[in-house]
Amino acid sequence: MKTNRKMLKKRNMIMRPLKFSLLLMIILSNAACRQKSNLGLILAGSTSVQPFAETLSEAYMVLHSEITIDVQGGGSSAGIMSAQTDTADIGMSSRNLKDDEVGLWSVEIAKDGLAVIVHSKNTVQNLTLSQVRDIYAGVITNWKELGGRDAKIHVITREEGSGTRSAFEGLLMDKTEIDPRSIVQDSNGTVRQLVGDDINAIGYISLGLVNEKVKALKLEGVSATRENVINGTYILSRPYLFVLKSEPVGEVKQFIDFCLSDEGRALLDAEGLITTDKGGAQ
Amino acid sequence: MNIKKEKNLRRAFFFIALSTLSVLAIITLFIFFEGIPLINKVGVFKFLFGMKWAPSQGLYGIFPMIIGTLSVTLGAALIGVPVALCVSIFLTEFAPKQIRMFMRSTIQLLAGIPSVVYGFWGLTFIVPFIRDYLGGPGLSILAGSLILAIMILPTIISISEVSLLALPGLYKQGSLALGATHWQTIWRVLIPAAKSGIMAAIILGIGRAIGETMAVIMVLGNAVALPNSILDPARTLTTNIGIEMGYASGDHQQALFATGIVLLVMIMILNSAAQYIVRKK
Repeated sequence: MKTNRKMLKKRNMIMRPLKFSLLLMIILSNAACRQKSNLGLILAGSTSVQPFAETLSEAYMVLHSEITIDVQGGGSSAGIMSAQTDTADIGMSSRNLKDDEVGLWSVEIAKDGLAVIVHSKNTVQNLTLSQVRDIYAGVITNWKELGGRDAKIHVITREEGSGTRSAFEGLLMDKTEIDPRSIVQDSNGTVRQLVGDDINAIGYISLGLVNEKVKALKLEGVSATRENVINGTYILSRPYLFVLKSEPVGEVKQFIDFCLSDEGRALLDAEGLITTDKGGAQ
Repeated sequence: MNIKKEKNLRRAFFFIALSTLSVLAIITLFIFFEGIPLINKVGVFKFLFGMKWAPSQGLYGIFPMIIGTLSVTLGAALIGVPVALCVSIFLTEFAPKQIRMFMRSTIQLLAGIPSVVYGFWGLTFIVPFIRDYLGGPGLSILAGSLILAIMILPTIISISEVSLLALPGLYKQGSLALGATHWQTIWRVLIPAAKSGIMAAIILGIGRAIGETMAVIMVLGNAVALPNSILDPARTLTTNIGIEMGYASGDHQQALFATGIVLLVMIMILNSAAQYIVRKK
């Protein structure tokens, strides 16, 4: 009897912590793969779209207090995938759908422009696309070659996986590789901060975030303005899409209609995005 | 009744102690579980000594980051260790009691400043200073080393101070009685006697420097290329994880965990070296 109890005690001492850690793991994994709930909407995808989707959903939740909207990141590809697999109600993408991503319904909620920025005192005003490409490829390394002062160019880029970086690469780099010696920063804000502080720096950020400390360069003679993004002459722009498995109905439709309404567009405009009247489904 | 209570209490404490251990085990297992498949896929040699890190092209070489980590840490040690040693000698041998108490608490305060504050301060003061007076983009190994040197001071100072204070008073008295000067006593007797504690302090300080992420992300520039000078930007193993984890998925995410394995192994080696040195004494 005695030995039995002792053994039992021993077993307990080992098993209990094990059970506890198992429980912890179950809780954690549950939190990680939370399924979509019936109580609200789940948006997932591009981290570029995420802050704007949050703004929209906050405004929407004020109007419709019965609905909760959960906005998650993960990247454009993951967002499109989660719309396909139905793990999110709406997938967010900051790029157009690829050819193999078929059978989906999508709508453009806004456009975002990318501005190539330099210090406000930099004398260079205009660059050609191939010049920008050469700067980022590490072929052009001195501002002198571009008509500026004799100083080394400090190239600033975004980290691997960033939507802004992949848009920049896709729209402009044309499969040329960004020089690995470039400085890497992990947000639009820090890129702007560094370019604003360093007269020899060059970087790229969302058009809506350009402020007085930095100057957006003209590309091929076209200024980086909202108008030029809308009329298509400024080439560095990308769509912000909501992607769905099928045509929206019910709550999802109501939310998307809100995003495309005058009120929703005004919110996005105020955040620096570019919305057009046409928007609409594809 | 009382005995049962005692036993239950003991069990409860044992349980809590074990749960801490199991957290460590879970984290370690998780990191290895996530990272090892990618290392196998890429190949250990190619992963550790590959020169190119481009997850979008499926290239995962962390050699530039290993060099980045080593050079930033070495720089921090070169700047920080002499200063820290001088401070601990001053505190144990020269400082009057009140100054000692004051300085000790101030140094502890230094350890309490959040690393993001160090980074922000570095970005607004050190980086522009280097850019304006030494050249380059300012975001550089030198900036990272300077920040880390300040951050490891409290660790090195407090541990080496403790080991100097722990020396028997006879050492000093004997040395002075033999006619050695105060300085000779410090240099020839006290420091050699406290050598193992001081070495452990330095190693733990270096471990702290290797593990630091936030401050380094902000001042180092994070370029994934072998640096040519201390004014070039670089990336460390920690900042690689910190800067890319936000968007990483699939192989890319596994590669970041694999980076974590390398980091974990480095820090484990350093910590056991420190413990070994202390025990040997």
